[in-house]
Amino acid sequence: MNLTLKIWRQKNASDKGKMVDYKVNDISPDMSFLEMLDVLNEQLVNKDESPIAFDHDCREGICGMCSLYINGEAHGPDRGITTCQLHMRMFKDGDTITIEPFRATAFPVIKDLIVDRTSFDRIQHAGGFISVNTSGNTIDANSIPVNKHDADKAFEAATCIGCGACVASCKNSSAMLFVGAKVSQFALLPQGKVEATDRVLNMVRQMDEEGFGNCTNTGACEVECPKGISLENIARMNREYLSATLKG
Amino acid sequence: MSGILNSSIGRKFAMALSALFLMIFLLQHFAINLLSVFSADTFNEVSHYMGTFWVIQYVMQPVLIFGVIFHFVMGFVLEIKNNKARQITYAKNNGAANSTWMSRNMIWSGLAILAFIVLHFIDFWIPEINTKYIVGDMSGMHNGEYRYFHELVEKFHSPLRVGAYVVAFVFLALHLLHGFNSAFQSVGANNKYTKGLKTFSKIYAIGIPLGFIFIALFHHLTGH
Repeated sequence: MNLTLKIWRQKNASDKGKMVDYKVNDISPDMSFLEMLDVLNEQLVNKDESPIAFDHDCREGICGMCSLYINGEAHGPDRGITTCQLHMRMFKDGDTITIEPFRATAFPVIKDLIVDRTSFDRIQHAGGFISVNTSGNTIDANSIPVNKHDADKAFEAATCIGCGACVASCKNSSAMLFVGAKVSQFALLPQGKVEATDRVLNMVRQMDEEGFGNCTNTGACEVECPKGISLENIARMNREYLSATLKG
Repeated sequence: MSGILNSSIGRKFAMALSALFLMIFLLQHFAINLLSVFSADTFNEVSHYMGTFWVIQYVMQPVLIFGVIFHFVMGFVLEIKNNKARQITYAKNNGAANSTWMSRNMIWSGLAILAFIVLHFIDFWIPEINTKYIVGDMSGMHNGEYRYFHELVEKFHSPLRVGAYVVAFVFLALHLLHGFNSAFQSVGANNKYTKGLKTFSKIYAIGIPLGFIFIALFHHLTGH
């Protein structure tokens, strides 16, 4: 496959940045999207040009590091995958592919296609945890009975890898699917209920402070989420938040 | 509870509550307007009751006006805040791949409805308030008979006005096609009833505006 790539280049956080066109030839349809970028970077290095900076780590859809906005969609045109799982067979020979970083005020660009997603970490620090005594008196989690339905829902929520595709896809750059998943995975379990009130209030407060937008229920986040996190989690977070607010 | 409107979830909850209130009002407005198709006398009597009963005039009407203003102001506030959350837009964005046109353009359908409300107020509400509270005529009569039905039919003589009403109701349908269901999601109602609710929301979102269009066209075409 021979392709034209329109890629966002930005030297650093303060650079204005611009789209730059590149040609790549002889790309195998069986390559992953990141492997195709590796080929391009090899070409650029051989020409003494600066390679394109992009995030990646596990390359098997688990770590949530890859974060590209490809042809107008987070993680590209396929569904239920991260960019590293996107294959070139999804494109046609001669295609022009536009590659941009995830765009959100709360995800500032560091360089080229790499964005700073530590705002997610700060939201997690605000309440995305349970407090457990680890001094030797730890109680086995399995000793507390959990309703199967709730356990399944909590597990589904916990599959969120925090990649930020929800924010990137949302027209409002809302992080509510991410925060909804993190709130839900604990709110559904007995171990998480103890700190449920503080958790949702603190996480939502931090989310707002980071500058994410307001959810208007377009559902784009759910469609583009590589793990299929459901909008049910946002509704659950809304209930948790309203209940916590009423409790004061 | 203090400062709930300062939080993103609090704002969407308030937006949803005002929307649910307005949708109930819309249903009531439609039911009364529909009477005009079947019986001028019944329409006159109900209109006179609604226009003179103190609970509706001095309690419900101010609440309604507050609800309308709140919904629009909050809509603009959310739009401004959401635009700030992405200051650099995408060079290429395929919104149609993951969301409906209606959900992405609530501000535009909302602005079209706002323009319609201004026209509607000029047509009906301001003359009504003038007659009742400035002129001081609470009788609801003109030349010895109730004036309400006559005023309604009079307004729908103009094809331009009827055209504007039809366009406005199309935008209302587009707004409701996303807004109805969205309001329930915002208040945290996403459960086993959601599928049925989505079907009902489509019936409401298309049925009510279509009904208003029918009423306007009925009076325009029949002339009474």
